Amino acid sequence: MRNPVRTEAEAFSFVIAVLALFLAVALVGILLNGWAALVAFVVLAPIIGYRYFRSDPKVVEPAVWDRSRDADGRHRILVVANETVAGRSLRDEVVRRAHEGDAEVLVVTPALNTRIRHWTSDEDTARTAAQIRLDESLAALSKDGIDARGTVGDDDPIQAIEDSLRMFPADEIVVSTHPPGRSNWLEHGIVERASERFDLPITHVVVDLEAEAETSRTA
Amino acid sequence: MSAHAETHGAHPPVANRSSRVDSRLLGIYLFIASEVMLFGSFFSAYFFARVAVPHEEWPPHPYELPVYLALLNTIILVSSSFTMHWALQSIKRNNRAGLIAGLAITFGLGLTFLLIQAREYTRIGFSPHDLAFGTTFFGLTGLHGCHVFLGLTLLGIALVRSIRGHYGPSAHDHLGVEIPGIYWHFVDVMWIVVYTTVYVI
Repeated sequence: MRNPVRTEAEAFSFVIAVLALFLAVALVGILLNGWAALVAFVVLAPIIGYRYFRSDPKVVEPAVWDRSRDADGRHRILVVANETVAGRSLRDEVVRRAHEGDAEVLVVTPALNTRIRHWTSDEDTARTAAQIRLDESLAALSKDGIDARGTVGDDDPIQAIEDSLRMFPADEIVVSTHPPGRSNWLEHGIVERASERFDLPITHVVVDLEAEAETSRTA
Repeated sequence: MSAHAETHGAHPPVANRSSRVDSRLLGIYLFIASEVMLFGSFFSAYFFARVAVPHEEWPPHPYELPVYLALLNTIILVSSSFTMHWALQSIKRNNRAGLIAGLAITFGLGLTFLLIQAREYTRIGFSPHDLAFGTTFFGLTGLHGCHVFLGLTLLGIALVRSIRGHYGPSAHDHLGVEIPGIYWHFVDVMWIVVYTTVYVI
């Protein structure tokens, strides 16, 4: 969801949205009367508001978190995964990348929640479940000798990435999802949206948990 | 090499990361939120006067509002949002001349707006004590004018600083322009609402 006062660019887009809304309201008021203008406002404000607040900001704003970027030479990898966080193929990918040099890994697990629980701030169950998955993943990474830490993030993965980047100046982002057809994130275009939003290399890792479970059973 | 999760023990859970915004940005968020409530109270008074007081026409006879002069002012103020945005985009691209020009034009447009409004007040033909209409009209437009003045002060400081070589392309280095920019757009949004409700409808 967009925040109209997050940056000047966001505030400017909000000015344009408000201008469009009130131009339409003013036209109705001039052509009909004040009450018709009020009706137009009541009808149009939710429509324009919904379109504005639900759209993705087009402007990439890396500089908001760029200032925290450290110059210690370490390669920082931000891993975003939820149910697939403990997947073998994700772990292999992270280990491979981390061993390419002196790397630091932050694993972020968005606390996925239902819409109704989100709006009622009932996040405890979702955060606990995400924390359990995260702990398992970190334990596995630790066994592989990776310097990784983790945190539970916002239930919107894009927001979770943005929040994490404010604290962790990553050099690249790894997004892990289920395979196409089973991934809610892929359906919502999370990887594409992240590429548009963040000025960083993004790697998409597909984790097929069912296939991994089958492989481990047969092995 | 070690792996560890950021967990919490016998103390409250950490705040959601979404709330971790720069304190200066948070300041302007809270300020704008309070301003929205302030304008809301003035709009409530205006609409109450307009709906509850029985006048067959609005503005009540014999008063008239300078709609076209206010339209000119609206165009000026909306244009200033574009120049403000241009100024910010310029410094993000390390174009200092664009930043200075954008801020100077924005400042000039804002000042023109205020001067036109001052001239409008002197010739409008009624005063704040002429009915609830006059009170709410001067209350709303005057409140907005005060905000334009405050915005101009912030812009003036940003302009002087930019001429003296302050600010840079990274976000941390031009926050001093970003925050007045957000405020200026807020002032613009408020005027669009004031103009439509007070002058047009």
